[in-house]
Amino acid sequence: MKHLFTKGYWADKDIQQLIGKQLRIGVITASVLVIIGGLIYLYRHGGELPSYREFTGVRAGLDSFSGIIQGVRGIHGMEIIQLGVVCLIATPIIRVALSAFAFLLERDYLYVFITLIVLGVICFSMLGELVG
Amino acid sequence: MTILAFTLILLLGAFTAGMLGSLTGLGGGVVIIPLLTLVFHVDIRYAIGTALIASIATSSGSASAYVKEGITNIRLGMFLEIATTTGAVIGALVAVFMPTNIVAIIFGCVLIFSAIMSFKPKVNNADQGDTSELARKLRLNGEYPTPAEKVSYTVHRVAGGYFMMMFAGIMSGLLGIGSGALKVLAMDNIMRIPFKVSTTTSNFMIGVTAAASAVVYLQRGYISPGLCLPVVLGVLAGAFGGSKLLVRANVTKLRLVFSVVITFLAVQMIYNGYTGKL
Repeated sequence: MKHLFTKGYWADKDIQQLIGKQLRIGVITASVLVIIGGLIYLYRHGGELPSYREFTGVRAGLDSFSGIIQGVRGIHGMEIIQLGVVCLIATPIIRVALSAFAFLLERDYLYVFITLIVLGVICFSMLGELVG
Repeated sequence: MTILAFTLILLLGAFTAGMLGSLTGLGGGVVIIPLLTLVFHVDIRYAIGTALIASIATSSGSASAYVKEGITNIRLGMFLEIATTTGAVIGALVAVFMPTNIVAIIFGCVLIFSAIMSFKPKVNNADQGDTSELARKLRLNGEYPTPAEKVSYTVHRVAGGYFMMMFAGIMSGLLGIGSGALKVLAMDNIMRIPFKVSTTTSNFMIGVTAAASAVVYLQRGYISPGLCLPVVLGVLAGAFGGSKLLVRANVTKLRLVFSVVITFLAVQMIYNGYTGKL
């Protein structure tokens, strides 16, 4: 395992390529989920009327990760779309995490620290108390 | 109008927005909010949530192309991310207490500013000597490849740029946009970075900034899958198509038309906000 953390194994170029690939995979996965969920949603609800004039917030189950997973298990179109959206939100966050790893390989500890602060701020925003 | 018709029309609108956004460099998100609120009469809070997701989509989609070229200054981007993500979280928190018509007015002003900024001639700031102690300590100075040689550049006025970025982050969290124009202003005009570097670095930062506030908005119920479906797919396809067209299109003329359209939308947003219709 030790060789995994040496620079020779992960040359800087490789990790940049990995980041590029991760961004593409994230966007593609998200789009596929949105398309699948969208087709199910339109098939079931396409004939109904949209209601976005009054703000009520999305219905329960679409605003939390556990709720979304539950809906995906029941093959609900809206939750599958929302899972795609979660994938999209996760894509840049995972990129930041990968960058922390890249800085670690370069032994640039100052930037490992800076990157971890950024991740910390994002994690802080996930706290439910902030939602109000 | 049924959900099916609504989705298809919005898909077309988002496609156009994504294409124009990528051709002019203004981003797809800025048009999504006026499109949803003025044309489709969607509540501005749903529009903000949807636009945030659209900015993440375009940022991540085009960033995958940029990282390979090695122009993005990841260190600079990451350092400034501390400012933009804290700003974004503050903006998202303030948004709860902000009346929606005030949000609409602020949005209109930022929109007009972005349109003006897109006309500013791009100065490829050359190396002006090492002036910032902080930039040296943080190893922010870098270089980027051109076909001929590697061009090195230095970063100036780090503290000023940092606070401008914090402001950009607050706007991004409050309005649900990438606020690319504000980020480029901070990097080009304050920190004096070559625009090639600032454009790609700002694009890298937009996704991370938007993700920080999107997490708050998702839990608050602002992000509606029924709206994200056409907008995400439309903007992504449009941005992709736009990047393919970019080589052939007459961008100067297009930018003029787009800026006029954006200014018109901005004035409407401000007017509707002022009269309390939004």
